[in-house]
Amino acid sequence: MNATLLFDVFVFPGVLFTAVLGLLAGWLDRKVSARFQYRVGPPVFQNFNDFFKLLGKETILVKSGVPWLFIAAPLAGFAVMSLVATAVGTALFSGRTVGADLLVVMYLLMFYSVLIFLGGASPGNVFSSLGAGREVKLLLADELPFILVCLVPIIRSGYQIKLSAILAAQNEHGMFIGSVSGAMAFVAGLLAVQAKMALPPFHIPEAETELVAGPFMEYGGPLLAFWKLNQFMMFAVFPFLLILLFWGGFPLAGLGVLWGVLKYLLILVLMIIIKNTNPRLRTDTAIAFFWKVLSPLALAAVVLAVLGV
Amino acid sequence: MSWKNRRLAKSLWVFHASASPCNNCDIEILDLLTPRYDVERFGIKLVGSIRHADVLLVTGIMNDKVAPRLRRLYEQAPRPVFVVGIGACPTTRCCFKESYNVSPGRGDVIPVDLYVEGCPPKPEAMIDAIVKLVGVLNG
Repeated sequence: MNATLLFDVFVFPGVLFTAVLGLLAGWLDRKVSARFQYRVGPPVFQNFNDFFKLLGKETILVKSGVPWLFIAAPLAGFAVMSLVATAVGTALFSGRTVGADLLVVMYLLMFYSVLIFLGGASPGNVFSSLGAGREVKLLLADELPFILVCLVPIIRSGYQIKLSAILAAQNEHGMFIGSVSGAMAFVAGLLAVQAKMALPPFHIPEAETELVAGPFMEYGGPLLAFWKLNQFMMFAVFPFLLILLFWGGFPLAGLGVLWGVLKYLLILVLMIIIKNTNPRLRTDTAIAFFWKVLSPLALAAVVLAVLGV
Repeated sequence: MSWKNRRLAKSLWVFHASASPCNNCDIEILDLLTPRYDVERFGIKLVGSIRHADVLLVTGIMNDKVAPRLRRLYEQAPRPVFVVGIGACPTTRCCFKESYNVSPGRGDVIPVDLYVEGCPPKPEAMIDAIVKLVGVLNG
């Protein structure tokens, strides 16, 4: 453990930076959604207020549940999100690799869904168990296209799995989104990410009209605050991952910063627009969409990438 | 404590409990979320689970059937939690005062912090009530 690593994990691309950026991006989400409905929407620091308020509330452990799992799941989820943010962020901003390549990132993102399942199943509440089950179904649906999408930049960069190597390959040969296979994989990736974040139209696990709050139903106080924070951190992590894999990184010099911020905002707003213009899909429709439409699209992108198009 | 209360005042999450109402107040409560009033401006959000809530909105008459359920909801809420009675029913028991199944006193089932009078109260009156609650929290 040296000072640079600690700084990477806890301050700049890691916990602090991603959390603050994620909470602000969550505000953008709420504000744009409100404008879609001709409302005014919440003030800028609303998500910070929500987070600190939740930290100050009582923690309730359900008697019939498994307390240690109930407590461990959101904290482990926070740790997983911080690690992903560190791995993606360091490669994106400083071009270094901090002990994690694309495979580790994919594994951690899958593990996060498993943690939601464990946390949702631990209190033994019917609604949260149903939500946890749906989370697994959604994971089953979106994992295949997501893995195929991640294969495309690996193949195009000459079979590199290091995040910094993928970025370096794009700096050399142009960004992957400019090629046919890259553009196809980016579209598929955007929709798979929408499902990974459980945003509408894929908010099948949370489904507030039928399952109340899904896996998070029994959570309250600080533990809920960590779940919310994890979800907001995803607003920073996933767009950064997409920029890193397809859109040629985030240069930190001169006008490049503006260009990077624009890329980030574009992906974020695209996600929010998809979120606001689509009703929730049924579980079977979502799985059919991912397996019958998106997976063949991503597979075609992989084939094209192998052919070098 | 005051810093914590100010955070709470800026993000009140509301759980809506219908204790056998006539649905009149409930419709007026939903008005608060529409573009005309939009209480999300103040960080007020309607949540589905009582575990997430800071405010328990009660509409309707608390009768013997619904009183135990309401009591249980109140006990399940993480502290601090505030109870707001909306409409004439929780406040004065209205025309059901003499009814055979109505629980006796108005504060007997759960301690109500704030009453909003009206049948139904106008959305402006509810916003006024919330502003008063926020004022108490801000000290």
